[in-house]
Amino acid sequence: MATPVLDKEEAAGKPEPGFADSPYITVTFRVRRFNPEVSAEATWEDFQLEIDPKERVLDGLHKIKWDLDGTLTFRRSCAHGICGSDAMRINGKNRLACKTLIKDINPEKPITVEPIKGLTVLKDLVVDMDPFFQAYRDVMPFLVTKDTNEPTRERLQSAEDRARFDDTTKCILCAACTSSCPVFWNDGQYFGPAAIVNAHRFIFDSRDEAGEQRLEILNDKDGVWRCRTTFNCTDACPRGIEVTKAIAEVKRALITRRF
Amino acid sequence: MSTTETTASGIGPVEGAPGYSVENPAPVIEAPRKRTKKTPKSTRGNFEMYGWLFMRLSGVVLVVLVLGHLLIQLVLDGGVSKVGFAFVAGRWASPWWQVWDLLMLWLAMLHGCNGLRTVINDYAERANTRLWLKALLYTATVWTILLGTLVIFTFDPNIR
Repeated sequence: MATPVLDKEEAAGKPEPGFADSPYITVTFRVRRFNPEVSAEATWEDFQLEIDPKERVLDGLHKIKWDLDGTLTFRRSCAHGICGSDAMRINGKNRLACKTLIKDINPEKPITVEPIKGLTVLKDLVVDMDPFFQAYRDVMPFLVTKDTNEPTRERLQSAEDRARFDDTTKCILCAACTSSCPVFWNDGQYFGPAAIVNAHRFIFDSRDEAGEQRLEILNDKDGVWRCRTTFNCTDACPRGIEVTKAIAEVKRALITRRF
Repeated sequence: MSTTETTASGIGPVEGAPGYSVENPAPVIEAPRKRTKKTPKSTRGNFEMYGWLFMRLSGVVLVVLVLGHLLIQLVLDGGVSKVGFAFVAGRWASPWWQVWDLLMLWLAMLHGCNGLRTVINDYAERANTRLWLKALLYTATVWTILLGTLVIFTFDPNIR
């Protein structure tokens, strides 16, 4: 899992004077604000809040938006780590705000919250995801079969064949991996880890028949060969997908089909 | 960017840059080299794959060639003090060392050139910057390879 789990409940839950068993601590959220309707500059803004360290960063952002400053803008939908809307750069690392507990990221220091990098910032923590989803669409993330018959029954698959690509089915398209990739930061033309992961999911699916086509797409100038194996994507993935390994498997498939 | 309404926005004092409002927003913070429906143009061919393979294979060969070269030139048999015109002339009299040096020259230059090419691709954002940096890189590489090859093959030990 991406977030290291620190067991320091005693330290975090230190009772404040006067509130003998209050679980609340004072935390500073340092949020990167940008509002093009006010200024062309992005600035840091600090918010102090009382929060239970067992709550999540997303709860902190909610407290800010609901109680302190309603103009704070961020995306979230399910708030439970499945929809992939609230990927952001927390303390310099890409995580889902809804899966990051306050106690796990050193609440004694200000917690920095920024939009994910490499995508156009529209307002505060909201970025333009279009280039990200364009790369996703470009790898044809859907089942392709050559038979023209309408399916009349299930396409069966052995447990081993299913296990081959199990890891990459977990992707929730939050963009934490792609926007942690230093190649993507400077050159958004690169497909990025997320698109390759989703291509991997079909390339190694025994039911799919367009693997060759997808490999050809990823053999592109901006395809898998631009990966520098920095492992930022594997570290960032909130679903624990071994992203760099998946990219390496696509590279290996490309080489072995040639030689 | 002059609109009819040039007064500051009505949502409180504006710090820094006045003039931005709901009707006249500042430009958003763009990412360099964004992907769109039209970019990147799909490339057929395996150039990038061969480039990637070449880096790994030439790297392995270069470890032997370069470490061997350094050992012979700087450590064995009296170290660096022995290196002079006579020493080089003596070595290049043998085809073995000619091939060694030629191979090392070509592999090292192409390995370095391809490495710098990927660095330029990764870090240069503007199309023009990329073009000029790569032009400079390829010129320097071709020049060095040609000059080195010429010297290895036409070296004359009796030169006055």
